[in-house]
Formats: sequence, C-alpha cells, structure tokens
Amino acid sequence: MSWLWQVPAVVAKELLVEWRERSRVSGLFFYSFALLLMVAFAMPNTKMLADIAGGALWLGLLLASTRSLDQSFKVELENGALEGLVLWPVDPLALYYGKAIANTLVLLLVAAAIVPLVIVLYHPEIKGDPWQLVGILVLGSAALAAPGTLVAALTVQARGSSALLPMLLFPLVVPVVLASARATMLLFDGDLMGQVDDWMMLLLAFDLVHWSLDGLLFTRIVDEG
Amino acid sequence: MTDPSSGLVVRSLSRRFGRRWVLARVSLEVPRGSALMLLGPNGSGKTTLLRCLATALKPHDGGATFDGVPLWPERHTLRRDIALLSHATALYDDLSARENLSAWARMGAYDADVDALLARVGLADTGARPTRDFSAGMKRRLALAKALVKTPRLLLLDEPFSALDPHGRALMGDVIDEILDRGATMVLTTHHPGLGARFCPQAVRLTDGQVTWRGPSSEAQVHAGDA
Amino acid sequence: MPPIESLPISPGAAVGLVALVAIVVANQRAGRTPWALPRWEHAFGLVGLCTILNGQYMGLFEAPRERMMGEVARILYVHVPSAWLTMVVFLFTFLFAVAFLFTGRKVFDQLVEATIEVGVVLAILLQCTGMLFAKPTWGMYWDWDPRLVSTAVMTLSFIGVLTLRSLVVDADQRATWTSVGAILASTSMAVTYYSVQWWRSVHQMQSSPDTVAKPIVLVLRINAFALLFLTVWFVARRWRIAAARAREDEAPPLPEEVLA
Repeated sequence: MSWLWQVPAVVAKELLVEWRERSRVSGLFFYSFALLLMVAFAMPNTKMLADIAGGALWLGLLLASTRSLDQSFKVELENGALEGLVLWPVDPLALYYGKAIANTLVLLLVAAAIVPLVIVLYHPEIKGDPWQLVGILVLGSAALAAPGTLVAALTVQARGSSALLPMLLFPLVVPVVLASARATMLLFDGDLMGQVDDWMMLLLAFDLVHWSLDGLLFTRIVDEG
Repeated sequence: MTDPSSGLVVRSLSRRFGRRWVLARVSLEVPRGSALMLLGPNGSGKTTLLRCLATALKPHDGGATFDGVPLWPERHTLRRDIALLSHATALYDDLSARENLSAWARMGAYDADVDALLARVGLADTGARPTRDFSAGMKRRLALAKALVKTPRLLLLDEPFSALDPHGRALMGDVIDEILDRGATMVLTTHHPGLGARFCPQAVRLTDGQVTWRGPSSEAQVHAGDA
Repeated sequence: MPPIESLPISPGAAVGLVALVAIVVANQRAGRTPWALPRWEHAFGLVGLCTILNGQYMGLFEAPRERMMGEVARILYVHVPSAWLTMVVFLFTFLFAVAFLFTGRKVFDQLVEATIEVGVVLAILLQCTGMLFAKPTWGMYWDWDPRLVSTAVMTLSFIGVLTLRSLVVDADQRATWTSVGAILASTSMAVTYYSVQWWRSVHQMQSSPDTVAKPIVLVLRINAFALLFLTVWFVARRWRIAAARAREDEAPPLPEEVLA
C-alpha cells in the first residue's frame, strides 16, 4: 500500500494543471450548456422538457466527461509525461486513482454549473430531497470517471483516439447513465415508490466494481516496456 | 576487467520494434562513478539503448545490471536511482517551472529545494512563467533541474548539449561534473565527441544497433554521418 | 406448412456419407491413412455441418407447429442456439483474456482474437434472427428489453475492442490492451443486463426445457450441438490465421556481434 501516499500528490498535480488551464474546464461547461439548448430544440414541445430534465443533465455530463478524460491524457502525452511518471516512479495505481479522483472532481464541478442551468431552462418540479441529488451526482460522476480513466488511457495512446473513446466507453457506462438519469428524473418528479435508493445502490455497486477492478487493469497498460 | 557487481553492466542487450532489431547484442560496461560516451549516427539505436537502461523499454533479449541488480526485474526499486534526460522532457507545459519541479518532487516524495535547483540551472528569474513559452534551451535546463530532483546513481543523458547556448553548455558541464563527483555512473549520447570526452574516459560507437567500435574517448573520431 | 413426406435418409447423413467416401478415396489415392484429416478441427466442421443440416431440416419440416406463435417459431431453431453459443464464446473470450494477463502466453492472445471475432458474428446472427422473430410476435423489431439491450451493448463493446486492436502497432501492447478491453466488455455485460432488467422487461422469461414441448427441445438441442461443433471449427480456423500472422511478425534471428 506504499502507493497510497502518492495519490494526493497526483490529485494535486491534476487539479493544478486543470486550474492553470481553466479555459478547458469552462469549455466543458459551455459544451454542456450548448448541448442542453440543442436538446430543447430537438423536443416536440417545451412541456416535455420538465420530464426529460434528468436525462438531459446526464447526457451533458456524459459528453463532457469524454472530452475531459481525453484532455486529461493528452496532457500526459504532450512531452512524454506519462512515461516520465512511470519512470519517476509514480506507482501506476497511484496514477490511476489520482487521475480518477481528479476526473470525478472536474465532473462534479461541471455538474455544479449545469444543474442550475437545467433547472432554469427545463423547469422541472423538484419534489424530492435536493440532498439526494448531491448523492446521485457524486456516485454518478465517480461511476463515469473510473472506467473512463482506464478507457482513455487505452484509447489516447492508440491512433484516432477521439472517436474510439466514446466507442469503448459508452457501452460500458450504459448502466451509469440509466441509473443516474432514472434516479434524477424520479427525484424531480417525486419518488413515490422509493426507487431512487435502488438506483443509487446500483450506482454504488457499479462504483465498487470499477473502482477496485479498473486500477489493476490500468497497471497492465502503463507499465509494459 | 571491472568488478561486475559494481557499475553498469550490459550483456547482449537486444530490443526490437516490430520485426526490426533496433539493438542487437549490445554489450558494454561502465564502472561505478565513471562515464561512457555513446556515439553513432541518427537511428543507430542510441536513444533506444538509453531508454532500455532507464527501464522505459523491456529488452527482448539479454539485459543489464546496475551494481549487480538486474535492471528490468528490479525496475520498480531501481527507478528511484535512475534519471533520464531526453528530448521528451516530461514537463507540463501549462505549469510554471517552479510548479513543475515541486509537483514532480511531491509525486516522488523527493526532498528537493526547488529554488536552489532553479538557480542552479539559471532559471531563477523565469520560475513563475508557464513552460509553454520556454525556448528549447530553457526547457532543457528545466529538464536537467528535474533530473536533479532525484539524486541519481545512474544518470542517462540523451544529447545533453543540443539546443543549448555556450553558456548553457558550460552550465550543463558543471552539473555533470558535480554529479560525477558524487559518485554517480553516467551514460551520455552525443554527436560531438569533443564535448563528451571531457567527462567520459571511454566511448562506444553504435551502428545499426550494434557495437562497432569501443575505445578511449580521445581516439573517437567523428565519422561521416555522425555530426 | 404441413409436414412433408419423410425423406428416405436424413440430409445430414447423406452429406456425411458422401464426404466420408470422398475423404477415404482421396486419402487412398495419396497413400495416407484413410480417415486422415489435414487438421483436427475439420472433424468438428464436418460433424457440425452434417448435424446442422439435419437439425435445420427437422426444425423446418419435422418439428411440430408451435401452438401460440405458429410457423414463425421455427426461426428459434437458429435464434436460441446462437444465443447459447454467443454466451459460451464470450465466456471463453473472458477466460482467455484473464489467462493472457496472468501468463502472458501468446496463444491466449490469439484465442482472444479468434473468440471475439466469432462471437461478434454469432451475436449479429442472434440479433438479426431475434429481430425477424420479434416483428411478427411482438409487433416491432426492437424493444428495450434487458436481454436485447445488453446483447447489443456487448456486441458494440467487442466491436470497439476489435477496433482498438486494429489501431495498436506494437504487438505486446496490442495483446495486453485487447485483453484489458475484453475483460471490461465481458464484465459490463452482466451489469447492463441487471440494470436494464430493473428498468423494464417484456421479454418472455427464459424458457427451461420443462416449459417447452419435448420434440421442440430435442430439435433445439440438436441444433445447439451442431452450432457448437461449427463454432469450435470457426474458432480453431480463426486461431490458425492469428497464429500464422503472429509467426509472420516474429523477429528474425539476431545478427551476430560485429565486435567481439
């Protein structure tokens, strides 16, 4: 477990790079914003918007996540930093968890910015407990970031990565989008049957599987001479 | 000859990319505290050899030991003692020089005086600027400072003098002398035997991935295609 | 379609006999053992081919008409075996991928490649027959049913893994990354299944042999075994191609040292 102490250092480095290039994070926000507008235009009438608010929110976050994951590894390839990290040596597990945590935090930041937008633009009634929404956002973002970090590490190093990342990641996170969107929509609509907790349990289970398994797989793809 | 348990010993090291052997049966020895100059034209395998020694690449045949410890099998522990200075600076362009050094020091838990290191490579005044704006020579100096964050016992320098002005070259020379004085072992590649001969008593020439000449640096000639 | 007059000999047996005679004659002329085959997997191919001829013949003409769904149900003799075999093949993909990551032996990588490709073909067959069956019975080609969604998602994942594989130049990296992708794709399958099941379900419960008429079960089993034999044949053939490509990529012998 000697790699554990390296995790905060990697997270700090990731966040520092994101902070120095704030335009990338704000780009994610405007990207999601534009998507929310486009979804509204694609709907037959504005009355439907309240019903699909939860789904649109997670669609926005999903697309933002692929962009941010792609960027997070492009930075590493710019000057051969990924190899530099392995040789430094930063334990691949520390690298994985550091990156996954940082990616989760970036996603949460984007979420914090677009949730108010969704509420203003789509005016869903919020009948459920807003604190539960925080729980869904945390679990859902973590569930997107964990497999996303692994898949981005795979695809960025292969040619033609920008198309390949969604191709591999989207099928993998079907349960995440499904569970998060359902839970959010139920929360907006009023959760009469208490189903939100079930969907959150599903997210939690997905998080547990991927946060434990993906790190081990990650070590196999970065430390191969 | 030399005690095999001390210093760097490379035995029949071979590495291929696809079907092509980029290094074939390379054998050489660098006694502890000494330095070796690698010569050879572009594409002769110098950089690949350094990357193998830095444990970035796994040898497909043969191998190397450092102070008697096999490099690839023990790479996870040896990496703390090996520093590689190459064209891939492994720096974050969005961070300043100071942020780069302290981030890397933190990630490796190296106890480094960042300001002293920046002053050592002559970047004390530019420490706050993002390295994206740095010239190639400045990036090289910063990469050197980054290599010094570790206290390497094995220092691998890939064309350390390229992109540097005369002042920078003198500075690089001073730093190399300093590291050698600490007892580190060193391998450097260069196209200018004259520059490297000051530090390296011995030299090896690679051609198409094979050792084609070895001898004292003073006798190393610039062959056609080397420079 | 009323059951037609029984043939004097089943089509599979007829083809099998002809093939056996041809093999024996050809081997005799070449002076080999009469039953010799150039590769062991061709035995599976031959048995599978004959069995599937019989199985499909029985499914189309001899099996009783299904009470509820009528003649359309005969497509199940393709659909159900391909569903079973898709799962079996991808299970082996997962096992081979894990074996490769643990042992690093190239043969497992080649088997991963072979099983993914055969699995994707079977999965596409599965989904095409499923759609053809769904239109007359459910009234639509597609429904958001857990098994449909998870199969489609899994197929997409494995196609993604094949794409990734085609993009990686270095042979060692290609092998490791394919295995990592294959493990991700197979584990996601189960989670997808349960999450969609939670969401909604209209697909009939999985049929167990007791709920289905005896003759139908028999014909299903024959077709399943036939497809199993054919799948072994396909995977083995595809593995031979992968192995041959790997041999082509093998390094030439190391040159001798120039300087002793």
